[in-house]
Amino acid sequence: MIAIIDYGLGNLGSVANMLKKIGARAVVTSTPEEIRGAAGLILPGVGHFDEGMRRLRERSLREILTERVVEAKTPVLGICLGIQLLARGSEEGNEPGLGWIGADVKRFSFPAAERLSVPHMGWNEVDIVDEGLFRGVPSTPARFYFVHSYHVVCDDPGSVAAWSTYGSRFTAAIHAGHIYGAQFHPEKSHKFGMAVLKNFAAVAGHAA
Amino acid sequence: MLRKRIIPSLLLERGRLVKTERFRKPKYVGDPINAVKIFNEKEVDELFLLDIGASREGKKPDFKLLEQIATEAFMPVCYGGGVRSPDDVQTLLKLGIEKVAINTAALRRISFLGELRDRFGAQCVVGVVDVKKRLLGGNAVHSQAGVDVPQKDPVRWAQRLVEAGAGEILLQSVDRDGTLLGLDSDLLRTFDGLLDVPLVAAGGASGVEDMRAAFRACRLSGIAVGARFVYQGPHRAVLISYLSAAELASLH
Repeated sequence: MIAIIDYGLGNLGSVANMLKKIGARAVVTSTPEEIRGAAGLILPGVGHFDEGMRRLRERSLREILTERVVEAKTPVLGICLGIQLLARGSEEGNEPGLGWIGADVKRFSFPAAERLSVPHMGWNEVDIVDEGLFRGVPSTPARFYFVHSYHVVCDDPGSVAAWSTYGSRFTAAIHAGHIYGAQFHPEKSHKFGMAVLKNFAAVAGHAA
Repeated sequence: MLRKRIIPSLLLERGRLVKTERFRKPKYVGDPINAVKIFNEKEVDELFLLDIGASREGKKPDFKLLEQIATEAFMPVCYGGGVRSPDDVQTLLKLGIEKVAINTAALRRISFLGELRDRFGAQCVVGVVDVKKRLLGGNAVHSQAGVDVPQKDPVRWAQRLVEAGAGEILLQSVDRDGTLLGLDSDLLRTFDGLLDVPLVAAGGASGVEDMRAAFRACRLSGIAVGARFVYQGPHRAVLISYLSAAELASLH
C-alpha cells in the first residue's frame, strides 16, 4: 500500500487516479495508522512552501513522516512542492523544510534580456542521469509536465536523477537512497509519468 | 527546451460536448468523456474544459462529470465555468483538475483572483480575457455573460488580472472562435512581451501554418484549439483529432 499524504494542498486526486490506473494500491490519508502501514509514501503538493510546512506541522504529520522516512527508511517520493519540502528550506519562505536531503530551494532567475516567464509551465525534456525512477520511460525524448517557480539545488550533484533546462540547467528529479523527488508532475505526464510512478510503486513493493 | 503547448479546448453545455462559432450557436459534437479518452490516447499537452452553460445559467460546475473526466485525463486539465468560491476550486483540485479558468467572477470582483492565489498558488489561476473587435476599429474586452467590463483595453485588463493573482492568461478572440480563419496575429502582437506570466491564445486556429504565424506574432506559451480538433473537412464532420508528432515538432 502506498500512502498519498493529504495535508490539504495539492492535486491528490490526480496522483490517486494514476496509481489506480497502473494497478498500485494507494490511499489518500493523513492518519498515523495508515502512514505507518504504508510501504511507500508520496508527498504531493502545489502551493507555497511555508503553507506546506505549516500544514504538515498543524496536522502533526512532520513527526510521523520523519519517523517513517528517516528511521524506518520507507521509500518516499516528493512531487512538485513535495520535492521542495524534502530540502532544508526555500527562498520562497522562512519555514525550515523537512531537511531529509542536503539541498536548498531557489527561485528561477534569469538575465534581464531573456525575459522567460515564471512559473516555468509546460512540457519540458529531461536528461536522465539515474535510472531509478526512469526505467522504461520512452526516450522519444522523455518529457514531463512542469509547473513551478522554484527548484531544488542539491549540495551533492550525485543526488540529481534528472536535469532539465529553463534558461539554465535545473534539477528535475532526485534520488538519494530511499528518497526520491520529481519537480514535474508524473501524474499528469502521460506514459512518461506513468513509468515513473510504476518504478516508484515497484520500489515500495520491494520494501514491503 | 520548453515546448509550446497545443491545447484542445472543449466546450461543455449541460453535460454535452458542444462547439460554438463566434461564441454563439453551440452545436452538439459528442460525449465529453469519450472525447477526453481519445485526447488522452493522443497524449495531448493539456486540456481546457469550459462549461459555457454553467456560466450562463449561474450553475455550479458539474462536479460529477468532471470527476469522470479527470479519471481519464493523464495530462493537465484546466476547468472554467461557474467557479465562484475557493471551495469550488478545492473540490476541483480534489477531483484531479489542476487549474481553474476565471472570467466572469473576475469581471465582477477582481480580488477573487487574489483569494485563489493565496490559497492554491498562482499556477492554479488562469485569467480569461475574451476580446471582440470594435465596430470603429480596435479591440475591447467582451463579456459573454453581459457583465460590466471594468477595463476595456485587453492588454491592461490582462495585466490587472495578473497583478490580482492570475498565474496564466487565456486570451480568446470572439470574432475568430470556431471560424478556422487562423489566429488573430494583430491582436496577439499587441500582447507580445507585456505579460510576466504564460499566455495562451485561442480563436481561429486551423493548422500548423497559422499556429506558427501566431507564435511569430507573440511569445505565447501555448495555443488553445477548438474547432480544428473536433471537426474535419469542409462540411465539419465531427472527428476528434490532434496534431501529429511531426506537426508538433515543426512548431518548435
